[in-house]
Amino acid sequence: MTLRSFILRRLGSIIPTLIFVSLIVFALQKLIPGDPAIAMAGDESNDAVVEQLRAKYGFDQPIYVQYFRWIGNVLVGDFGSSYRNRVEVIDLILTKLPVTVELAVLSMIVALAIGIPTGILAATHKDRFTGTAANIFALTGISIPHFWLGIMLILLFSVQLGVLPSSGFVPPWENLKQNLLSLVMPSIVLGTGVAGVITRHTRGAMLQVLSSDYVRTARAKGVSERIVVSKHALRNALIPVITLSTIEFGQLLSGAILTEQIFSIPGFGKLIVDAVFYREYAVVQGVVLVTATLFILLNFVADILYFVVNPRMRGAND
Amino acid sequence: MTDAVLTQAPARSGFRIRSRAVRRFLKHRPAVVALCVLVFFALVAIFAPFIAPYDPIKSDFLAVRQGMSAAHWMGTDELGRDILSRLIYGTRTSLMAGVVPVTLALLISIPLGLLSGYVGGYLDSVLMRFTDALLAIPFLVLAIALTALLGPGLFNAMLAIGIAAIPIFLRLARGSALAVSKEDYIEAARAGGNSPLRIAFKHVLPNMIPPLFVQATLTVATAIIVEASLSFLGLGQRPPAPSWGSMLNEAQRFLPTQPTMALWPGLAIFIVVMSINIVGDGVRDAMDPRHKS
Repeated sequence: MTLRSFILRRLGSIIPTLIFVSLIVFALQKLIPGDPAIAMAGDESNDAVVEQLRAKYGFDQPIYVQYFRWIGNVLVGDFGSSYRNRVEVIDLILTKLPVTVELAVLSMIVALAIGIPTGILAATHKDRFTGTAANIFALTGISIPHFWLGIMLILLFSVQLGVLPSSGFVPPWENLKQNLLSLVMPSIVLGTGVAGVITRHTRGAMLQVLSSDYVRTARAKGVSERIVVSKHALRNALIPVITLSTIEFGQLLSGAILTEQIFSIPGFGKLIVDAVFYREYAVVQGVVLVTATLFILLNFVADILYFVVNPRMRGAND
Repeated sequence: MTDAVLTQAPARSGFRIRSRAVRRFLKHRPAVVALCVLVFFALVAIFAPFIAPYDPIKSDFLAVRQGMSAAHWMGTDELGRDILSRLIYGTRTSLMAGVVPVTLALLISIPLGLLSGYVGGYLDSVLMRFTDALLAIPFLVLAIALTALLGPGLFNAMLAIGIAAIPIFLRLARGSALAVSKEDYIEAARAGGNSPLRIAFKHVLPNMIPPLFVQATLTVATAIIVEASLSFLGLGQRPPAPSWGSMLNEAQRFLPTQPTMALWPGLAIFIVVMSINIVGDGVRDAMDPRHKS
């Protein structure tokens, strides 16, 4: 199977998923109790105004017409507008998303820098103290409530030691140093959880590769253990870890919700929480739709990466 | 071959497999310790009214934000309420928020998964596309969006978490049903003239439970964290009722002056979630020894 046909086949399966996602997000709006036209008109409205709004936004049309109208607008980037900020939802998303993406990238760097070496240690020092410690670290990373870890880090580094800011995000183009300083703690908070997942997967993949025939052959030929681990085992063990990291990156975009709330970072997560509190359903819909689409696309990228780095896939699908 | 023979054979071997799994689980020392920790928290939740030294919602303005003392082992909060008592009652909220949504999700997913995997066809395709779409929306985002729709409150938060967990179990249940329905003993039951409904409920259903049980254990941990997150955001348990998440929210404001207020609820969530994850690993290893964590 060629890369092109693989991409086409995967695209064929993600389009129906995207259509279903849009149906769910549309249903979310329709399930809200009450008449949206009455809600829009406000307290001092009369029947004529409500009727006018109903006709203007198509609420009097059959449900499928309303869906096609809505999806048509979404496809050209019109998600509606936020009545609180009087800003288009798409503009809000485009302003907030880069902040969360920066946080997710930094968190992923932290996660990979901790997770891969710890996973290797857990596999190579299996049944020894170091290996057990690495396993406990992974379990802690997965189990710790990140918003609590964030609060504890603020307590230590901001309140007690006063070395890192607890809030006050600065965009990178204004002051890069301040920007990075303000994201140190949030990226550690988010990165630790993903590091736990990566540690577990690296350990699993390494254990599998280390017990394979070609590693046994390399050892029998007298190749040093360091070379066996770094050159023979790690390269192959990292293949599933790369794809997993791509999927985890998608999780980070949504995992940032509480972290952004704690560190007052004006990102995507804070946008959805504020939207929920102010009952701005158009914003909630926009954020859910964009998050799901990004998640599907990242999974798509992960599949392509896996196909590219794993030659066996090409044969398997022929 | 009679139907009685058919039903007894897998049932007896199923019992043997289960007792072997229990023995393997009991040999997994960390999992047994973690299970004891969970039993302790469950007892705390059940006997909360007898254990808690104070009323968890009663304010005492003469004892506002006090440190740890003989009268208040974990101190008091901004309204003078005893933190230990709130923590004890909060155990109820957290354990309930872990178990209720997962039970709800299982009750909906198992029959639907069985139908989808065993019957297949058009229904299976539609259900699986729907599941894929729901799985594309991250768990917490979906739970927040649903809570926005249903309104804040513990019941609604649990309902939202339960709905958000359905696709995870539905996909797994369908996969299990599909795998089990291809087994030889199902073929034999079919050849024995059993009705499809009887085969589905008597033979397929009992054998698709083990993988769901492992996933259920792990999802309880996720549900507890998500409920705490929703309560932390003010979308879960309503004040003044105690919840570990809302206690952390309140504590955040007094971090410089009373850091212990944030320490205890977070530590409680951490210990419970970690114990559930260790038990989950133990259950998985016991049920499938090839997949040893």
